[in-house]
Amino acid sequence: MNGAHDMGGMHGFGPVQDEPEDEYFHGEWERRAFALTLACGGLGKWSIDEGRYSRERQPPAQYLANTYYEQWLHGLETLLVEKGLVTEEELRTGKAAGPKPNDVQALPAERVYKALQQGSPYTRPVDHPPGFAVGDRVRVRNDHPPTHTRAPRYVRGRVGTVVLYHGGHVFADASARGERGVADHLYNVAFDSKDLWGIQAQPGDVHLDLWEPYLEPA
Amino acid sequence: MSGSHDHGHDHHDHDHEHPRLSELQLRVRALESLLVEKGLVDPAALDEFIDIYETKVGPRNGARVVARAWTDPAFLDWLRKDASAAIKSFGFEGRQGEHMVVVENTDKVHNLVVCTLCSCYPWPVLGLPPVWYKSSPYRSRAVIDPRGVLADFGTVLPDDVEIKVWDSTAEVRYLVLPQRPAGTETLSEDELADLVTRNSMIGVETVSYPARPAREAAE
Repeated sequence: MNGAHDMGGMHGFGPVQDEPEDEYFHGEWERRAFALTLACGGLGKWSIDEGRYSRERQPPAQYLANTYYEQWLHGLETLLVEKGLVTEEELRTGKAAGPKPNDVQALPAERVYKALQQGSPYTRPVDHPPGFAVGDRVRVRNDHPPTHTRAPRYVRGRVGTVVLYHGGHVFADASARGERGVADHLYNVAFDSKDLWGIQAQPGDVHLDLWEPYLEPA
Repeated sequence: MSGSHDHGHDHHDHDHEHPRLSELQLRVRALESLLVEKGLVDPAALDEFIDIYETKVGPRNGARVVARAWTDPAFLDWLRKDASAAIKSFGFEGRQGEHMVVVENTDKVHNLVVCTLCSCYPWPVLGLPPVWYKSSPYRSRAVIDPRGVLADFGTVLPDDVEIKVWDSTAEVRYLVLPQRPAGTETLSEDELADLVTRNSMIGVETVSYPARPAREAAE
């Protein structure tokens, strides 16, 4: 979707402010919002892409006004309600109105470390051979899906060169719609900065990981 | 990584002066108690998540990988061919680092990592991302004005260095292998790791020897 989250190339946000290495959270509520999001993600009711989509679906003005963990909190509340784990009423009151959902199991503390170490690999077999090879010139399709996609606006319609083939990966666009098991070939594509930014470009290139459905031969 | 709790309490103490912070504090507290009451989260698991990412997993992991790559050509070769496996040999693996690629700085190429769409970042080697990495200024400018972003960190590269920006748009995570600074030939692997900053592994800084004053002040 063409949301406020797709900000590559925008102007006017000001300078980047560095922070010390050991500063991970700003306030206790950020720690809890972070941990609640990971713990609820561990229930297996949604994919990482559904998580991203729940944040970027906010009205643009709200997205831009929120701090980072406010995005997470908004996304978590949205998904908990959409997946039927809590109701709007329960969110408002902070009190359980119905019984505990019986098809989910809270992740116990003793399994947290192992679950993180295992992660969730995203490589998958794909039922067709790769359409592109390293060295191929490709154009990003000029698509503007109103749902989640990982092809940012700044590369749509632009031509680049395939520089890496990552294999088959879970296709984010389908995964964000709740479809499980849809995978496609993933490539790293390099775009000459001049082809993206014209006369304002600085010498160099910009690399993106793009799935085959985003691409066409150039 | 011991100062984090103090920062937290500083903010906590100022809650009364910031209505929005207070409101968020209450909203998160209410959500947590609801989810615990419904049996959806184990409160001890929440503490465990926080403890792991505040005290166990952070950029010192990545610094060890970099120092090894600087001192062990066979390891560097492995890192180039299969970064996920090479990094896993340290026990650094899992969430947000399942598929790793290492990009190497040279005299002619400087790499910079960003996620313009959200906040993708290699957690097992760098820990949780700093606020600036997730912020609109960085996400918007890294791809169109990388030299401007580097200048915000006091980093100025020669004009003939080409900048490669890596926008993390899928589940592949990128770690920058900075250049080993001159004059460090006699340093041990551990001493080298101490020079490697988080920012140099994102690509907004180079590694300096002696270490940058800012980093010493932060310690």
